[in-house]
Amino acid sequence: MPKITYIETDGTSRTIDAEIGSTVMETAIKQGIPGIEAECGGACACATCHVYVDEAWLPVVGGPSPMEEDMLDFGYDIRSNSRLSCQIKVTAEIDGLIVRTPERQA
Amino acid sequence: MQERINETIKTDALIIGAGPCGLFAVFELGLLDIKAHLVDILDKIGGQCAELYPEKPIYDIPGVPYTTAQGLVDALMAQIKPFGARFHLQEMVETIEKIGDPLFRVTTDQGKLFEAKIVVIAAGGGSFQPKRPPIPGIEAYEEKSVFYAVRKMEALRGKRILIVGGGDSALDWTLNLAPIASHLTLLHRRDQFRAAPDSVNKMMALVGEGKIDFVLGQVAALEGEGGQIAKAVVKRNDGSDFHIACDALLPFFGLTMKLGPVANWGIELKDGELIPVDTAAFESSVQGIFAIGDINWYPGKLKLILSGFHEAALMAQKAHRYVYPEKRLVFQYTTSSSSLQKKLGVRGEAAAPAAAPASAR
Repeated sequence: MPKITYIETDGTSRTIDAEIGSTVMETAIKQGIPGIEAECGGACACATCHVYVDEAWLPVVGGPSPMEEDMLDFGYDIRSNSRLSCQIKVTAEIDGLIVRTPERQA
Repeated sequence: MQERINETIKTDALIIGAGPCGLFAVFELGLLDIKAHLVDILDKIGGQCAELYPEKPIYDIPGVPYTTAQGLVDALMAQIKPFGARFHLQEMVETIEKIGDPLFRVTTDQGKLFEAKIVVIAAGGGSFQPKRPPIPGIEAYEEKSVFYAVRKMEALRGKRILIVGGGDSALDWTLNLAPIASHLTLLHRRDQFRAAPDSVNKMMALVGEGKIDFVLGQVAALEGEGGQIAKAVVKRNDGSDFHIACDALLPFFGLTMKLGPVANWGIELKDGELIPVDTAAFESSVQGIFAIGDINWYPGKLKLILSGFHEAALMAQKAHRYVYPEKRLVFQYTTSSSSLQKKLGVRGEAAAPAAAPASAR
């Protein structure tokens, strides 16, 4: 199983197993990772699962789709490495992925 | 503007919320000759399905392997057509007062007055309201110098206005307020907009003529005193900060769902946000007020559209007892009942065999 590391703003880091085919958001919610709310349940209809993708992982994960980019307008402190975690699929390639949760969700 | 007509609208059922569950409630009530009016805060029918994700696929409607959220709403509208329900859109129910046994007086924020024998709350996650942007301390400025909607344009005349957002609301208000503001700045985090291209072009033209400013960035903090904003601290996309001086801030960050006035209707709530109901009739703690769909709670509750449909069917059975206390309700199937088929306007159309197989039930 691929592993994903979630780092909170205070530096707390948690590494958990993720199921291939699920999403970075679903993985976090299932295991109770704080800092990700996912109000809309993964429909790309809110911006409450916002994460910053570790710069080193950007080429692997890629950027947001136009629809996701629209949703990011509603987030707080959006940066060039911002993504909605419900739109990042878990694949074998992202084993070891590091994401940081923002100071606040929208 | 809106004329306040206080003529009472009398109805059997008043349904709050025109999402899928509210719509299917029209069907189930209609089969039992219970007429309904629906009130919804949105400007369109369909609730979350229409507002948040009309193009999203839905795979778990029984017998419908695939549809879209808007497709489901359209199909429900076709299904309830025979019952002639009346819709009151862009209105929010404000008060519900019990005046009979049961009989309710219901008012909306647009001044409409209903008298309903039963009330069905099918309000999903609550009412859609403008979203508070995630800016620290913004609460202190709200309704004083931060506004999520413009009620009186005149109140903004001669002011330095800062509008934040990239959707239709942000662009529309930029165009509308530009002529009366002493200075107007539109702030958005990127140079792509969700708004209609025509509005974007008009906005860009105003920028070109030097009439307004368009600035890239995000609001990080507000500064001011006693609720009066003085400036916004704006973060550029490279992380550096600058200030925009302003007298009024209009952030347009879309809509969110809030329980809203439901909390004031004297109904028992769970955790302040859900309406506990019994699972025989989906009635709330107040006799004659039902709650179906995402807004209710009972042990084992699942927030699925199909659960809301089931709840609507059972609710209608109990509602019938209130609306027609003298009448005995005979349980019937649409497959075989000629009286139900007549209500649906399909009598005689069905080429189906006289006796439906048991499996059809």
